Amino acid sequence: MQENFEGRAYVLGNNIDTDQIIPAAHLVYSLSDPEERKNYGKYSLSGVPAEAAGLPKGNTPFIDDGQWQSQYSIIIGGKNFGCGSSREHAPACMEIAGVQAVVAESYARIFYRNSVDGGFFVPLECEEPLAEQIATGDELAIDLKENTLTNRTQNKTYKLKPLGDVKDIIEAGNIFEYAKKAGLIPA
Amino acid sequence: MAMTITEKILARHAGKTSARPGDNIWVDVDVLMTHDVCGPGAISIFKKHFGQNAKVWDREKLVIIPDHYIFTEDPHALRNVDILRDFVKEQDLPYYYDPGTDDYKGVCHVALAQEGHNRPGEVLFGTDSHTCTSGAFGMFSTGIGNTDAAFIMGTGKLWVKVPETMRFEFHGTFPPYIMAKDILLQVIGDIGCDGATYRTMEWAGDAVMQFSMEERMTLCNMAIEAGGKNSVIEADAVTEDYVKARTDKSYIIEHSDADANYFYRRSYEADKMEPVVAKPHSPDNRALARECHDVKLDRSYIGSCTGGKLTDFIAAAEILKGEKVKIDTYIVPATREVEHGIREYTIDGKTLQTIFEEAGCHIGEPSCAACLGGPKDTFGRTHGTEVVISTTNRNFPGRMGSKQSAVYLASPYTAAASALTGHVTDPREVMPARV
Repeated sequence: MQENFEGRAYVLGNNIDTDQIIPAAHLVYSLSDPEERKNYGKYSLSGVPAEAAGLPKGNTPFIDDGQWQSQYSIIIGGKNFGCGSSREHAPACMEIAGVQAVVAESYARIFYRNSVDGGFFVPLECEEPLAEQIATGDELAIDLKENTLTNRTQNKTYKLKPLGDVKDIIEAGNIFEYAKKAGLIPA
Repeated sequence: MAMTITEKILARHAGKTSARPGDNIWVDVDVLMTHDVCGPGAISIFKKHFGQNAKVWDREKLVIIPDHYIFTEDPHALRNVDILRDFVKEQDLPYYYDPGTDDYKGVCHVALAQEGHNRPGEVLFGTDSHTCTSGAFGMFSTGIGNTDAAFIMGTGKLWVKVPETMRFEFHGTFPPYIMAKDILLQVIGDIGCDGATYRTMEWAGDAVMQFSMEERMTLCNMAIEAGGKNSVIEADAVTEDYVKARTDKSYIIEHSDADANYFYRRSYEADKMEPVVAKPHSPDNRALARECHDVKLDRSYIGSCTGGKLTDFIAAAEILKGEKVKIDTYIVPATREVEHGIREYTIDGKTLQTIFEEAGCHIGEPSCAACLGGPKDTFGRTHGTEVVISTTNRNFPGRMGSKQSAVYLASPYTAAASALTGHVTDPREVMPARV
């Protein structure tokens, strides 16, 4: 399991729902076709209202015009991240755009579960609200051994919650690899 | 050990005598449901992990109900239905409801009930967050993603963290202008849009048990809007009458023990409930309908798994009968069976269809339609700065299509009353005879 992540922050607020993460009009593309799936990267986080896109300033698109990958690879969220629909296109589009980790105060259940079982990225929870302390574009480093997030731009380190129940699945990679290790399905 | 309905169902499906909140257990799945938006992705993951020629674990237990993007010219959306068709043929699946044929049904959560796939005591997973609707039948049901659905297709099992249960009891009698939707918006407003995260919402009390199955389904439908894992109402004679008319399969009715452990129990007086709305842009942004009297509207929308059942249209027609709507009003039956009911059910000698047509409503084909926006040519979708009152379930930014539009969630009574006035209207204003 990858234990260290480095990248620039993209900061969002509370209750980022799956319609904001990937608006329903875009749910028609194939997730398995290598070219077609790039559309999910292109439209990832495109439903976030402009003033809330890339806090604290806002009006900062996650994906630049004509691109399908983001310059930001660590998402900082508030409470109830990923609420709404069960669409797995939500964590998938973030992974396609290059997201490696999300750090939020709390998650909606299905989004969290999809992120873990599908192995899209590591959903982490912070000990204290971070969305108001980190700015979009800050250089971040995550250390899963120490359960810390360091903001290199501001030279501050924050504690993250341990992965808990889902650690075994994240370590295995996804639910299929976990089930193989546990002997539930043939290796 | 004393247990709730949900704990009993999950324990039995894990081959255990008991299940405690927080336990991670593997359960046997009775029904897996998928549709056109998530089915193709789930099928592709299933084939990747179990092989191109793999067969699903039990062809009788996989139910495929295309319902989201049906009446559209979007080529990708139409392609996705073709993927489902090919898979159904390859796997020889008996429960598939094909668009463009007499087998087509419409919105999956309502079709599941109408086609006899909801049975007390069973475990049902669906690739749609409103799968919690089926909890109205005293069963465990919840939404999952493509990966979990693919895992079930191959194994018939899934891991579940046993949820704590929150119990909401309503005692007395609901006033005649109150619908299940009001109750739901009231409770979500009370606990917040993450107030039930990882938990079960159990509904009980004599007032709740007076609800029809359709109203119980509405009550369970929006547990996800409070973050809930599932929603459940104990099965009774009303449930059994509905289920027995639609399936010969046996089922087990579970009851919560009187001394079961709850996260908490809350009690409400049914007689004191008032019509409520959820203001933009969150289902927990509750206000009394009468407090929003100044909100001018461009559109009223009555449809979806939440507010597009026959009961919902009967309620709307009671208000619209003999009147003219002041704003664009969209009527979208959830399923063909509901559509049939709209054509057959009469009030004072007029069918609901006639009442809606004479009132000046637009009537669409059964599907999820504009509840979630969808492709540009979707019936009822917003494209600008429309202010909409809707019987649907979510009012997130852009949910009904345009990021600039704003959605007020309400009951069919309130949506119909507001259609007549052009502003958010407490149904009591236009239905004095019933108050």
